[in-house]
Amino acid sequence: MKITRIFTAALAALGLSGAAIAAESNGHEVEKHDWIFNGPFGTFIDGDNNERNSVQRGFQIYQEICASCHSLNQLSFRNLGEAGGPFASEEFANPNDNPVVMQVAANWAYQARDVDTDTGEAIERTPRVSDRFPWIFENAYQARGTLGALPPDLSLIVKARSGGADYIRAFLLGYTDHAPEGVTVGPGQYYNEAYPGNIVAMAPQLFEDRVEYADGTAATPEQMADDIVTFLAWAGDPHMEARKQLGVMVLLFLLLFSVLVYLAYRQIWENVEH
Amino acid sequence: MSGPSTYNPKPGLMTWLDDRLPIIRLGYDSFVDYPTPRNLNYWWAFGGILTVFLMIQIITGITLAMHYIPHEDMAFNSIQRIVRDVPNGWLLQSMHANGASFFFIAVYIHMFRGLYYGSYKAPREILWILGVVIYLLMMATGFMGYVLPWGQMSYWGAMVITNLVGAIPFVGEAIREWLWGGFTVGQATLNRFFSLHYLLPFIIAAVVGLHIWALHVPGNGNPVGISVKTKKDTLPFHPYYTVKDGFAILLYLMIFCFFVFFMPNALGHADNFIEANALSTPSHIVPEWYYLPFYAILRAITFDIGPIDAKLGGVLAMFGAIAILFVLPWLDTSKVRSMRFRPLTRWFFIFFVVGALGLGYCGANNPDDIVFGGIKFLWLAQFLTFYYFAYFLLILPILGIVEKPKPRPASIEESVLGTSKA
Repeated sequence: MKITRIFTAALAALGLSGAAIAAESNGHEVEKHDWIFNGPFGTFIDGDNNERNSVQRGFQIYQEICASCHSLNQLSFRNLGEAGGPFASEEFANPNDNPVVMQVAANWAYQARDVDTDTGEAIERTPRVSDRFPWIFENAYQARGTLGALPPDLSLIVKARSGGADYIRAFLLGYTDHAPEGVTVGPGQYYNEAYPGNIVAMAPQLFEDRVEYADGTAATPEQMADDIVTFLAWAGDPHMEARKQLGVMVLLFLLLFSVLVYLAYRQIWENVEH
Repeated sequence: MSGPSTYNPKPGLMTWLDDRLPIIRLGYDSFVDYPTPRNLNYWWAFGGILTVFLMIQIITGITLAMHYIPHEDMAFNSIQRIVRDVPNGWLLQSMHANGASFFFIAVYIHMFRGLYYGSYKAPREILWILGVVIYLLMMATGFMGYVLPWGQMSYWGAMVITNLVGAIPFVGEAIREWLWGGFTVGQATLNRFFSLHYLLPFIIAAVVGLHIWALHVPGNGNPVGISVKTKKDTLPFHPYYTVKDGFAILLYLMIFCFFVFFMPNALGHADNFIEANALSTPSHIVPEWYYLPFYAILRAITFDIGPIDAKLGGVLAMFGAIAILFVLPWLDTSKVRSMRFRPLTRWFFIFFVVGALGLGYCGANNPDDIVFGGIKFLWLAQFLTFYYFAYFLLILPILGIVEKPKPRPASIEESVLGTSKA
């Protein structure tokens, strides 16, 4: 079919310019990692009984390490227990009833900000499942004042960096003890091989055994990087599994339908010279 | 249209309606009995594909507008709310964003089809001009739609494009402020872009109506470019072309769906997942891919031309690149429609397509970077910009006179039944 060849060529041309943009804005190559969520059939499931171990471990890292600076503004506790989420469970289709999610909300290190409806005063209270993840800081000014730089929100971080999950992983593992000669790293700054410009305000975080995984997995820096990036990939795209599942069905339908239409076309045009 | 109507309403209600409002007759004559050349190839399917995508964009767009909030503090988060919390909102958003790209892929193929087969030549000049009007409206709609998510590229893309208006001498800055509704891209800009982004597709639909009307008067062109002479040259649109176009539409939808479901952000830019920030300029501002050739032309003019400075020159070149399409029917001096019979022009056309893609490639890259062998993207873009204009202003006018076309069949029927299928 002539038409399919032309489509392929057009798409290749598009891909070419897209790749050029990616290479340009990042400046260097990033190692491709074999993520469990890659490809049309990739999911966040990595256990024999539909467990989502890596995303759960990644959430533990967000909770114990990242959350002491970074917000997760777009997400609520309930998202953890929704379909495709780290603690999704068939038993508790409604995340409000999911005991793991309830516990995470109730034990969150930071209080939810609210207003007392009787007095009108600003109060802090224990987070509920329906709340957004509370941030350690009151606002961006306080964060910048305290830390010297504004830590980016992590809800969309995997989508918001060219190179995506591969780049975030390379960044987390990209810290070196010594900057190359001639590069001055100021106080409160760190040298990172993956970061465009190399000088970054965030300190290295992933040290051997920094967390004690609930499932007993050895907490190497690579393991921790894989887990947190998998969690963040889910956080940026919580309906990924539903999207891919529907996609397979839609493409199968279109394939069958187009075969039928093609046969109809052959029959209708059978005795027509054209 | 295109000949007397053959619609024969059944007695009773249908005849009663036909005597008062012959709308069924219009539909029958336009899309059922409409005589269509029997030799159309798949390049002619893109008109139908474009109609489908206009409908996809309008339906998903109206639904998205039910959830979207055009406010500078809420727009970005409202998109996140759509893709996270609105049931199947992720599907609507992905279809609408990728639908714009696939709309443009189809329109570019449709336009190249027209250029190759001489679809702009008499008696189809108005048809072609209406098509260019639709293309311009699509560009405006796509640009304003890209601003609505209010990410970094939305904001800074809007800043770059609206600043172009400022290059107009004397009145440019006043017009720019009038467009912005303030002194920079802000709330007023976002709100009016939303309003216009909702309005323009309906204007496009209206011009598409005129486009189809103007098509159905002379009828379709065809790959050999010979006008329809007898009934034997044509087939009724239904079922012959409904089924052929239908098959092509399904193939195209499959590629579209692959993007929608498996790589929804491949055609977008990572920076647009960062909320707009007036205090932080992205290191590289690039427009959506479908504007890249024109962006390259804009940046190719780096020198003053007489009293015109480089900035205004770039803007004029960019708009000139589209404006020239309006007068194309009178620039091409050849009476031969199809390039199948124009051995020399055909090669210039092929290089024109390669050049247009090359301009897109230049638009995606930093002008000062090196393509290969010490050649800057800027130089390549300048060469290709020259070729773009030369194709319309020199090659088509001159070749139409000096080129000796190959012998053409006497009729469509002969070209189909005979052996000389070029």
